Amino acid sequence: MAKPIIEIEHLSKRYRIGAQREPYLSIRDTVVRRSEHLWNILRRKETVRHAQDDFWALKDISFSVQPGEAVGIIGRNGAGKSTLLKILSQITPPTDGSITMRGRVASLLEVGTGFHQELTGRENIFLNGTILGMTRAEIRKKFDEIVAFSEIGKFLDTPVKRYSSGMYVRLAFAVAAHLEPEILIVDEVLAVGDAGFQKKCLGKMGDVTKHGRTVLFVSHNMNAIQQLTQKCLYLESGQVQDFALTSKVVGEYLGATHREVKSAVVDLSDWQPRLGNNQAQILKLEILDVHDRPTTTLPMLGSVKFRLTCRFPKKCDASFGVFIHTSEEEPLLDLRNSDTTSTCQVYQGNVVVLATVTALSMYPGEYLVSPWIADFQCRKDLDWVQYCSRITILPPVFEDRILSLDPKWGRIYAESSWRITQ
Amino acid sequence: MEYKITPPMGLLAVNWAELWRFRDLFLTLAWRDISVRYKQAALGVLWALLQPISTMLIFTFIFNRMANIQSGDGTPYPIFFYTGMIIWQYYSNTLSNASNSMVANASLVQKVYFPRLIVPATAATTGLVDLAISSLVLIGLMAWYGFMPQFVGILILPVLLVVMILSALGVGLFMAALNIKYRDVRYALPFVIQILMYLTPVIYPVRMLDKWPLVKSLMVWLNPISAVITNARAGLLGQSSFDLPGLAIAGLMSCVMFIVGLYYFRNTERYFADIA
Repeated sequence: MAKPIIEIEHLSKRYRIGAQREPYLSIRDTVVRRSEHLWNILRRKETVRHAQDDFWALKDISFSVQPGEAVGIIGRNGAGKSTLLKILSQITPPTDGSITMRGRVASLLEVGTGFHQELTGRENIFLNGTILGMTRAEIRKKFDEIVAFSEIGKFLDTPVKRYSSGMYVRLAFAVAAHLEPEILIVDEVLAVGDAGFQKKCLGKMGDVTKHGRTVLFVSHNMNAIQQLTQKCLYLESGQVQDFALTSKVVGEYLGATHREVKSAVVDLSDWQPRLGNNQAQILKLEILDVHDRPTTTLPMLGSVKFRLTCRFPKKCDASFGVFIHTSEEEPLLDLRNSDTTSTCQVYQGNVVVLATVTALSMYPGEYLVSPWIADFQCRKDLDWVQYCSRITILPPVFEDRILSLDPKWGRIYAESSWRITQ
Repeated sequence: MEYKITPPMGLLAVNWAELWRFRDLFLTLAWRDISVRYKQAALGVLWALLQPISTMLIFTFIFNRMANIQSGDGTPYPIFFYTGMIIWQYYSNTLSNASNSMVANASLVQKVYFPRLIVPATAATTGLVDLAISSLVLIGLMAWYGFMPQFVGILILPVLLVVMILSALGVGLFMAALNIKYRDVRYALPFVIQILMYLTPVIYPVRMLDKWPLVKSLMVWLNPISAVITNARAGLLGQSSFDLPGLAIAGLMSCVMFIVGLYYFRNTERYFADIA
């Protein structure tokens, strides 16, 4: 097996905080602090060195990347992803551990680094390109490609301060997209521009990986991560939670960000967080199959019942609903009783709501359930508990056919009849 | 190619090979600073000329006509002052720009890797462009007054240039590193530079300090620019004699300042991104 192109061993990074109450020091402050310290020593007072002055952004990180791999790095905000990239880019030194790099690195930690407002687009291409590590000869060679990719057109020779924010970002990304290093490190910079441009950027990033380059990619966009990377590193509070195939790690990450509730009967009386003005409360959610048994696994095209036990302390009109989202928190199904009736009902006291869906058309997979109460016209939320439970849809079993059910192409199923004439 | 990233230990040496590899970036940043300065300025290049000329006129009036300070060797005061002034302006501008360069480029420092030395070094080059432009006026003045530079004077110019650049960069690098950690350096520096100008023989000739030998020797040892100015005047205007011992001391001191500044900067640059 070839030597890994990046080898990280026991990497740790510590920041000292707390001692600096201001964003920067001044000599005056340092002199005052040092004399205070000295004075304390003379008076034999305890000088406390607070442990909370130390913040470990990364703790004992170890992993390797093989040449040509596209590795995603995911984690919550503050997990240490950007710090890891900064250390790999040699912008800040590690506190402990070591990294062995066996290739030329180009880092994209920000789009438009070094762009100067007074210079024209053309001049900024050279400036930004050189800053990112290309030589002037390289930039000249790729100049036309970069201009074409950015779609700047006739604005090439106007100062960048006249550009719209979209143009600015397109130009910046166009330069960055034409980097040809052996190792490319990208930090959440793909979320720029309109949808069409984002697709182009994603495509260009994909090209980079196909040419055998190694890519390290930090993002919060799980779709982009799954599309571009094969392996994924999951960081949490500065430590490695997992380093494995992307689909597995993304599943873990999404699972961790939603509270693990496998129960078909959820007591919601003390559940937090919840939204709504609290004029009514959902006390309990039950997910039942066709025989009224609590379950969280249901067959595709089968039926499901949602039972909400609610309490209305005061008389008010209401409308009830259940939202179904995919595990990436994309909305899929919006079930409301106000869709089925136009008579406004007023409630007080304990209320039990039973919603029945006769044919679940979602593809097999995991889905999040969110019960909801609003006023009858669905303008104000009275109580809304997001993602408090989940259901797993199982693949259907047909004797005469096999369904393809690929989530890349579809999310819901509908019966269709086909007639082909020759 | 293989390299390791490890926690920094001990005294770091300057990586000259790496600086050479990044020469493109150095040239690009220097070009950026120069072109930005003259873009969208109606006067543009003219400003580089107006400033020294008007300063010369005003200072001649105040110090020569009103306070009656003479050059001491028969040189007309305007050209005497102007020669000293353009050298001083290079030094003070380079010093301020270099000290502030790291903070001004903080966003770059936090996002891209490159040898940080490049940033203050580009501050030294923009000053050279201004010096070149204001030298044109000097040539004009020399023609007006009918001065011809001595041959030795022309030979000595490169040496003076090197001493000037080394001392400006040396102190500039030191201040740049200090400024990142202690932001009040930025406010103290203009004041210090002002005072320093009066401790340099820009407005008056060195011989006026003969009555205070202590001050004079302090100036000679600690301020390399004084020897540069004295010898520039001697070489270009041909009225006074060279001060070669002073120049030798200045050369030595500027090398010392440069090395100290360079190593202080190099050893604190690792943490710039964290505290900038």
